[in-house]
Amino acid sequence: MNSGMMQAQNNAAPVAKRPLLEVNDLKKHFPIRSGFLSGISAYVYAVDGVSFSIDKGETLSLVGESGCGKSTVGRTILRLIEPTAGQVLLDGQRIDDLPASQLRPLRRRMQVVFQDPFSSLNPRLRVRDILAEPITNFGLASGKADVDARVAELLDKVRLPRDAMKRYPHEFSGGQRQRIGIARALAPGADLIICDEAVSALDVSVKAQIVNLLSDLQDELGLSLLFISHDLAIVEHITHRVAVMYLGKIVEVAEKRALFSAPKHPYTEALLSAVPLPDPTAKRERVILTGDVPSPIKPPPGCRFHTRCPHAFDRCRIDEPPLKAIAPGHLAACHLHDAGVMRTTPAAALV
Amino acid sequence: MATAPAMVDVFPEEVKRGRIRTFIRRHPTIALGGFLLGVMVFLAVFAPLLMTSDPQALAPARRVRPPSAQFWFGTDMLGRDVYSRVLYGARVSLIVGIAVAVLASIAGLTIGLISGFIRAFDGIIMRIMDGLMSIPPILLAIALMALTRGSVQNVIIAITVAEIPRVSRLVRGVVLSLREQPYVEAAIAAGTTTPRIILRHILPNTLAPLTVQATYIAASAMITEAILSFIGAGTPPIIPSWGNVMAEGRALWQVAPYIVFFPAFFLSVTVLAVNLLGDGLRDALDPRLAKRI
Repeated sequence: MNSGMMQAQNNAAPVAKRPLLEVNDLKKHFPIRSGFLSGISAYVYAVDGVSFSIDKGETLSLVGESGCGKSTVGRTILRLIEPTAGQVLLDGQRIDDLPASQLRPLRRRMQVVFQDPFSSLNPRLRVRDILAEPITNFGLASGKADVDARVAELLDKVRLPRDAMKRYPHEFSGGQRQRIGIARALAPGADLIICDEAVSALDVSVKAQIVNLLSDLQDELGLSLLFISHDLAIVEHITHRVAVMYLGKIVEVAEKRALFSAPKHPYTEALLSAVPLPDPTAKRERVILTGDVPSPIKPPPGCRFHTRCPHAFDRCRIDEPPLKAIAPGHLAACHLHDAGVMRTTPAAALV
Repeated sequence: MATAPAMVDVFPEEVKRGRIRTFIRRHPTIALGGFLLGVMVFLAVFAPLLMTSDPQALAPARRVRPPSAQFWFGTDMLGRDVYSRVLYGARVSLIVGIAVAVLASIAGLTIGLISGFIRAFDGIIMRIMDGLMSIPPILLAIALMALTRGSVQNVIIAITVAEIPRVSRLVRGVVLSLREQPYVEAAIAAGTTTPRIILRHILPNTLAPLTVQATYIAASAMITEAILSFIGAGTPPIIPSWGNVMAEGRALWQVAPYIVFFPAFFLSVTVLAVNLLGDGLRDALDPRLAKRI
């Protein structure tokens, strides 16, 4: 199933509104070697057929439990690791099969912000040199003074004082370091920023500041964001659309409001019911999943979620549900929505 | 609207005090190790001026004299002045220690970087290193010395070969962990080329652990040299080294223990000094600890 194509069908003029990023059936299987000279004994199916697209200026959040492959998706799009199969199109151009030398100039357009603000900055470089690296790599400035001016501009953008330039990363707090990380991602003038759990390691108050900064920057610069996170409460604040991943596959994609108000996949429901509510007296149905996530080395046959799904029936154990449109712009991979099986949402089935 | 919190100045007012005193207080092990090593270097460099008699001059008439005002450390069984011989022995030990540390670091860094970055070579290189490591370094050095004739140069080469596997393993390990660091991935995403990533992000971050390892190698090379000389497989007997002097004094241990004691004491102090220096450097080179007072 191909959400990128879905998107194109939904648009009246598909040529005019080409998505900035299109991912088609992306796969990443990590080989497991048992020892020196021995062959590949198994594969970890970290990402197993993921498709989505991101429009210009849009935020898509990729959510799921740890180990579901969401970070691998981000790293594969960036070609930090090579995809096993599938296509990645940046502004209509395939980048998944480009040789390194041809890919390098295109890297300018997509950047990354990592989770850990401590290991994402080289401890031996001053902030000025960290931010100057992408600028000089892509030849975006002429001369030292020009680089300095651009670095100062970047620090203004992420609201850090300009004298931060002369300092080393260890002189900053986690939130400040994350701002430096964001400034580095902005440095080459990227269109797409992949935020790989970019706020997960921060304190709650700092988290809010960084999330606000990201959405301000998005408005200011028209950035597209792929926001990888396990924190639905944060995702709700920043995103336009949400893609839910489970064990290497996307199980549901929808507009934020549709997903949060009427989830169509039992896994999404379970995730949403785990989000803490600010009102301690509020009551709601909690969906508690039993068991662990199955191993991505041996994913279960049929629907990958059937081992933990409260609504699983025979077909789920054999037949893998495709990701398909249930409502306009709302895709889910669940047999419960098939004609003839059940016309109700899983939420209704639960009551 | 997000606003950055005001930056707190992390530098306290510069402490107005003697720089040397501040340094000693911050890094007492470096200061002590450096001082002791400095003394040894001084003795080695100025040995011709500090010696009291020719370390090679045979004088059977005054053999096996205990320490006295004339012969500070006594004389050996051929009447040679132990004090002067120990001074010259410092030269051999320091030259061997420093040369082995430098050569093994350069070779180990190169091999470690290749192994850590070009995965195709990693298996083969590391199996060779494992093979070398499975032979005790002292035996390997003896075997290598057996193939050549005894000279300081050959001792240096033999000990270097025995030390290379440890350095390359260390560098490879550091490189492998650095490669996975998010800042390296960010540099790749920012279009930095592989040679520049090695120069800018990998190499500077391997230098701290490598420097520390180099000091330990220097210390162990000095001991290995002494052992080789002691068993007669190292520095030729015409050049006084601490190992040689000890070997010659061994037979007279019960009669004249000072012949063995003084070179052994100097060797111990030198090795201790180098190890202290290494420990201090390890703490000081960590950028996160560097600014702490």
